[in-house]
Amino acid sequence: MKVSALPALSSRLRSSALVVVIVLASACLSFSADSKSRASKMIFPASETNYQPRPYTGKLEPDDGQWMRPAKDYASTRYSTLNQINTETVKNLKLEFTFSTGLARGHEAAPLVVNNTMYIVTPWPNNLYALDLAQPGAPMKWVYQPMPTPASQGVACCDVVNRGASYDNGKIYYNTLDDQTVCVDAKSGKQVWKTRIGDINKGESLTMAPLVVKGKVLVGVSGGEFGIRGWLKALDANSGQVAWTAYTTGLDKDVLIGPRFKPFYAQDRGQDLGVKTWPPDAWKIGGAGAWGWVSYDPDLNLIFYGTANPGPWDSDARPGANKFSAGIFARDPDTGEAIWYYQFSPHDLFDYDAVNENILLDLPIEGRTRKVLVHPDRNGYVYVIDRTNGEVLSANPFAPITTSAGVDLKTGLLQYVEEKEPHRGKVLRGLCPSAPGAKDWQPSAFSPRTGLVYIPHNHLCMDEEDVSVNYIAGTPYVGANVVMYDAPGGHGGEFSAWDPVAGKIAWTIPDHFPVWSGALATAGDLVFYGTMDGWFHAVDARQGHDLWKFKTGSGIIGQPVTYKGPDGKQYVAILSGVGGWAGAIVAGGLDPRDKSAALGFVGAMQDLPKYTTGGGMLYVFSLP
Amino acid sequence: MQTDLALWSAVAGMLMLLACSREERQFRPSPPASEVINSVQVSGLNPGANPVGAPAAPEYYQESAYAVSQGKTLFNEYNCSGCHANGGGGIGPPLMDNYWIYGSEPGNIFTTIIQGRPNGMPSFRNRIPEFQAWEIVAYVRSLSGLLPKDVAPSRSDQFYVKPPEQSMPYQVPTGITGKPEPPK
Repeated sequence: MKVSALPALSSRLRSSALVVVIVLASACLSFSADSKSRASKMIFPASETNYQPRPYTGKLEPDDGQWMRPAKDYASTRYSTLNQINTETVKNLKLEFTFSTGLARGHEAAPLVVNNTMYIVTPWPNNLYALDLAQPGAPMKWVYQPMPTPASQGVACCDVVNRGASYDNGKIYYNTLDDQTVCVDAKSGKQVWKTRIGDINKGESLTMAPLVVKGKVLVGVSGGEFGIRGWLKALDANSGQVAWTAYTTGLDKDVLIGPRFKPFYAQDRGQDLGVKTWPPDAWKIGGAGAWGWVSYDPDLNLIFYGTANPGPWDSDARPGANKFSAGIFARDPDTGEAIWYYQFSPHDLFDYDAVNENILLDLPIEGRTRKVLVHPDRNGYVYVIDRTNGEVLSANPFAPITTSAGVDLKTGLLQYVEEKEPHRGKVLRGLCPSAPGAKDWQPSAFSPRTGLVYIPHNHLCMDEEDVSVNYIAGTPYVGANVVMYDAPGGHGGEFSAWDPVAGKIAWTIPDHFPVWSGALATAGDLVFYGTMDGWFHAVDARQGHDLWKFKTGSGIIGQPVTYKGPDGKQYVAILSGVGGWAGAIVAGGLDPRDKSAALGFVGAMQDLPKYTTGGGMLYVFSLP
Repeated sequence: MQTDLALWSAVAGMLMLLACSREERQFRPSPPASEVINSVQVSGLNPGANPVGAPAAPEYYQESAYAVSQGKTLFNEYNCSGCHANGGGGIGPPLMDNYWIYGSEPGNIFTTIIQGRPNGMPSFRNRIPEFQAWEIVAYVRSLSGLLPKDVAPSRSDQFYVKPPEQSMPYQVPTGITGKPEPPK
């Protein structure tokens, strides 16, 4: 009878006994961790208790009511001066027309609007549609089909997305997944040129939206999970010939580092750091593409862009600082010469690419106006950097962080937490932010009327075990088992208004899923964004109140834009169509029983298929 | 006496030799790859009611725990896991569910690995030796419970991210298979 005593207990009692044991055990664990070191501390962002709008006094590009570049302007503000749709009228916002792309993969592109024509780039097979905004219902003018090879889908790490096109001087420029940059006549839809600048058999692909600066098309490569050797290229806008190539790794002459290169911090100075900060030859397969956003300052004649994660993720394979990965370059757009560089995450341990947007602003910092760039990084900090020389002026957390304890503003170095450094054969728990970072590619917007940066972002942590990995050209080169999950609070994403001067959050809106869409700010004091369950929101830019929302057919991971139509009315447009890395479970039909699927993102997105299905559709709204 | 000893030694020697019979490793599995590939079809539609049977395949790998365990190691070492994760998929489709785009029979999977498939599956022809490809095939089938429980791997020493192959329930394969279910 004694033997059966335990089984005789009701199963509920047994499970509560188990809970007690677990609670006691975890209490012991957290106690010992606290007594050990600062290691298990989680850093949270600071909130402003009494936010006062700080109208922007710097200058902005004049606005003609069109949307010609991915980020609207060279400074990457994603701000429009249109104000017909505002906090008063937004409640009347109605659907005006729609357009189906016929594709069920992730739609991340911003539509362009030029000369009463809207241009949409789809995910692979990267079709370019032109819609006539002067006709009722915006019928199709033409479609351009570049026919990228289907095999290129096998080297796209995180769904077969495309982040959009750029307009310049009567032409549309964009990239295909199979490494071609195309130039299409904006009126006729005829191809002007097409240049192949990469090779899928080396794991190279193109997903980013190019920027055209002074007759040069700037294109950066994707493939940090495929052992590429990262680069940014400038193509002549007229001929499509490559004008210069700036590698991220290798000898100074390949990185275009010369006498004009003057990084602010000592650790970024020295000869051939792109070779010396790697084990022999590892720089040749060190990843570090440039698949994010490019900004341009015409006064300084500098472009700014971030470099991606070093490869493989298994950091034991690449001791060293791994220059010039996970940092930001300022370059001369004419020659490609590097002017300065700063590394956000030296010897990156967690896939913290630095490719996020750089918003160029002139802000009052400690009593004087500084030419800065604002960069919300994957490592969890919003950096304010002097864009003339690369000095970090501030770096404040905007999401929960356990992997680092801050940024030393004297040395510019990220303060890693030793206990959270992954090594082979060791499972680490509670790494925040997770691999896609506190914020991935999804671009922020800035409103000069409030002085706030609107940041769509993730709210995730992860567990990780690094494993050794073989390099086989054209196949993934990762070497980590990852499982992601929601950060404390029980939600996976947030849409936050950030005060870049105070370095604090003005307001934030939690969302069940990572907010994987871009943001749009308007002079109507509205901010637009979408959620992965398909809601398109307009919120009050000052207080964050939700003023209007519309349920689209699929989850939203696109970038909202606004424009003035030929009828003088203001329109707002968004591509719906779930996918991307976060939405891979739906776009790729992945199996939620394996939480490490999609490089661990499936762990956090197991319930997404219950909320949305795929399907690309453009939605355009206006007032009646 | 001496004769006896010699006799007994000879008998013992013969017995020892017999004991040396080990499990055989097939480095050139039969049938040859060309025969397997030629018997694979990637469609379930057979005009003129001309059904094609399951593609030829060696049976050894599906029955050997050793082969499946080797397959699991190779699945990581050839970076299959880079795209298919630990079976749940990512860049490539999941392998632990019951939907088989290009077929679930060993010959189908072998052909997919060797030939590649148009939407991103690389061709590993001349990269993976035949016997290793068959080991990977066996492991891939274990992911969705298509192998006997005593052959499929149990929980691995690594980070626990999904149920072990051994505990996966048998899932009736759908999609293109070598043995389509007959109508009732």
